[in-house]
Amino acid sequence: MDNWWLRALFSIFIWPGLLCGALFGWLLLWINRKSLAQLQGRQGPPFFQPFFDFWKLIGKKTIIPVGVSWAIFYSLPIISLFSIVFALAILPVPWGGAISFEGDLVLFIYLLEMPALIDILAGYATRSVYAQVGSTREALLTIAYNLPFLSGLIALALRLKTFQLSVFTSAPISIATVITALALFIALLAQLKVNPFSIPNAEQEIVAGIHVEYNGLPLALFELAHALEVSTLAGLIAILFLGAITAPWLKLVIFIFISILIIVLVSIIGAGTARLKVQHAFRFYWTWGLIAAVLVFMASLAL
Amino acid sequence: MSVFSRLISYSRKRSPWVFRVNAGSCNGCDIEITPCFSPRYDGEQIGALMQGSPKHADILLISGPITLRTKEIVKDIYQQIPSPKAVIALGSCPASGNVFSGSPTIVGSAEAVVPVDLYVPGCPPRPQQILEAIQLAAKMLEKGETHSQKEAHYG
Ligand code: SF4
Repeated sequence: MDNWWLRALFSIFIWPGLLCGALFGWLLLWINRKSLAQLQGRQGPPFFQPFFDFWKLIGKKTIIPVGVSWAIFYSLPIISLFSIVFALAILPVPWGGAISFEGDLVLFIYLLEMPALIDILAGYATRSVYAQVGSTREALLTIAYNLPFLSGLIALALRLKTFQLSVFTSAPISIATVITALALFIALLAQLKVNPFSIPNAEQEIVAGIHVEYNGLPLALFELAHALEVSTLAGLIAILFLGAITAPWLKLVIFIFISILIIVLVSIIGAGTARLKVQHAFRFYWTWGLIAAVLVFMASLAL
Repeated sequence: MSVFSRLISYSRKRSPWVFRVNAGSCNGCDIEITPCFSPRYDGEQIGALMQGSPKHADILLISGPITLRTKEIVKDIYQQIPSPKAVIALGSCPASGNVFSGSPTIVGSAEAVVPVDLYVPGCPPRPQQILEAIQLAAKMLEKGETHSQKEAHYG
């Protein structure tokens, strides 16, 4: 029993949780920024840039806006960070998966939703018009991107007849897996708020979006939560393809490779597109997302 | 100095985020800021990013001679930036009033409104010089030499 607690704590704080998740997330964020810069003909940031950004923000004084309770101002990013850490701890990566039980997929989806919900709350709580516009857009997008995201996961769960994530990794790769990955990838673009769907945090347009009033330590925590979100969501797609492999180190290599591939794809799409209006993004998700959802269900039930 | 504070001050040097305010500039200086983040000069190489919100910024770029109408706004924006922060006055205008000097509608000196850490000469300054100033300001932030850090130290 003791052993299990130790392993659970290990997966929350070290691998794949807080520590490794943050490092991996920073690596992915750097790859995203670097490849985006290269595609635009720029040099791009140095390797440790996300790391430095985080530590610099930690070292800044925090200004709490007038009329906002400090408890809310600080607790929102902390809740966001910890829910995504727990989500990452559930993810069955190689050498991970200490916390695994029937139905952990439901918990995983709930924990993954938290950062978006917290973002919406944070936008409204900080009493800035720009943040409120951002919150509204985020709320609308949540409804939109969850269609392909949830249907992808549910279809896979139906096919494998389980709500346990660790079964997902050991399932053999088929057409259904590929289509599910595609559906998740479509949703990923909006979940990470990258270019065609960078609507809630539209920089230049609504200043800095939801986090406009956040600064110093709470902003650093939000950035950290974002880095962890990147590694969780990219990792979620990557684990679908680990079925055929048995050696854990090879699994790890392929896991990292697929995650990086996804982020590079995200950068290419980000560099090649301009920001959509929120109604267009909504229409995109409810047409292409719906098609993806129907395909996913057909593939996983029929094939 | 503990490891953490050393890490934080080193990070300050490597990640200067910039907010710019136009205090009655003729736009010449502002147009010279944008190339700093374009492919040719690419400020992201030194970690610099243009921020939309003063709350995210470390460095305030002021251009223009500070007109009477923008005086309070510049002060307000300066206070909104969380310390430690640096202020760079761009071009001749915030230093002396330049071509606008003698006008009854300007303050003519950024120093009179906010504590300026660096002046960039030129009308307008070249993007290379602006980037160099951003880097110098970041180094000042690392060493704790900006006005905001010194005042916190003494006060
Ligand atoms: S310094 Fe020259 S270019 Fe810059 S705002 Fe003043 S007049 Fe315009």
